[in-house]
Amino acid sequence: MLLRCLAIQGAWNYEILNGNGIGFCVEPALRHLPGGVDGDAYRAALARQCAYFNAHPYLASLAVGALARAELDQTPPEKLVRFRTALCGPLGSLGDRLVWAAWLPACSLVALLLFGLGAGPAMVALGFLVLYNAGHLALRAWGLGAGWLHGLRLAAALGANWLQRGPQYIARGAALVAGVALPFAAHRAIGGGASLEPVSLAVMACTPVLGVLLVRLHGKVEGWQLLFGLLALLVLYSTVLH
Amino acid sequence: MLPLTLDLLPVLLLGAILGLDVVSFPQAMISRPIVAATLAGAFAGQTAAGLVVGVALECLALETLPFGASRYPEWGSASVVGGLVGTRGADGALLPEPAAWVIGVMAAIATAWLGGWTMVWHRRLIARWARVRLDAMAGGSMRTVMSLQVYGLTADLLRGAALTLLGLLLAWPASGWAVESWRLGATETRGALVIGAAGVAASAVWKVLHGYSVTRRLFVAGLAVGTVLVGLRG
Repeated sequence: MLLRCLAIQGAWNYEILNGNGIGFCVEPALRHLPGGVDGDAYRAALARQCAYFNAHPYLASLAVGALARAELDQTPPEKLVRFRTALCGPLGSLGDRLVWAAWLPACSLVALLLFGLGAGPAMVALGFLVLYNAGHLALRAWGLGAGWLHGLRLAAALGANWLQRGPQYIARGAALVAGVALPFAAHRAIGGGASLEPVSLAVMACTPVLGVLLVRLHGKVEGWQLLFGLLALLVLYSTVLH
Repeated sequence: MLPLTLDLLPVLLLGAILGLDVVSFPQAMISRPIVAATLAGAFAGQTAAGLVVGVALECLALETLPFGASRYPEWGSASVVGGLVGTRGADGALLPEPAAWVIGVMAAIATAWLGGWTMVWHRRLIARWARVRLDAMAGGSMRTVMSLQVYGLTADLLRGAALTLLGLLLAWPASGWAVESWRLGATETRGALVIGAAGVAASAVWKVLHGYSVTRRLFVAGLAVGTVLVGLRG
């Protein structure tokens, strides 16, 4: 089931979102229902689990464990469906805050810091992958185990201090790492050299200005969109006008 | 016209696998630019330059939050395009050739933007497949559940390969033209690109992490420390 959880979004779509993925992940457990794969209990449970579902993909493993447990405990279908529906919101918002808005940027920034400090390609790429996936796989494995352990009483697992406060601590660490990493990474990317050269000074002066401008334009234009336009002007200047 | 000096099939396979990693399987973030562009650079024999292209793209990807049903740039396949185009002409150097680097970053941005749309189309396609199978799913058919999963994964794999091919078809000739026509100095070009990438990264950090107390102050303090340390080292 843990391996299947890695492909939980394999059939993500606008009709039932992650519903098919949940059914796909829970299915091995359902084989233990009375009558096996040919039994009515198996078919009814699989049909229930394939209905609309939405959650963060990593924390969905909590739902997979809890729903598998609830099905094998032969929880009344109405109660199970209500529980399943109630899980969507918390697992979505908690996962987004913990992973997409904290852990992933934190790991990216550590990789940028490694680059800035002079690490080679293998060290940077592997450093990022090992760090990120230590958290990623641990979260999925914990989710599946905690879901199975708690079943319908999943609120106890969701209320864990590290889960609620984790995003805050990770974000603080990431902010500090970001501040140190960006000057180092920028310095290496322009080729190193003396920090008082005109180009180095220009990078030091212009980067914060652009950063503040983009924060001011938040919601109106994305940074990558603005950069694409600026680079197009640079290409025009350097190839046609220069 | 095509990068025939590269083995195109392995490159498309790389684009497909990294495109698959973004959402469908296994989301291990091998699709992040700092990994993906480095891998693409390694395919072209320019691993060190690929890493530098990847660092610039990673700065841009920092502002992308891949929240569920929203449309966002797909950086996996895009970083393969950016890594290959951006390392063109690097000849084993530690830094990319400046003109190729600029075109590589632009190609990656354009491919990532298009990739976001292809992800929407992919999800609509699976929704269409799911709609005609709803009765079978309501009947608890294991075969239907498995087949929908396999179709979705396969379609995503093909999406990544097609996106990589299209990106390379358009960007490779552009990079050749740019390398030949480029007039601006290497240092100035690199400086301009780094200002852009680092500026986007700084704003992304500010926007993504601002929701928690103290993070802004920590970021500014870190910037001050980092700038001083770079100055002392230089």
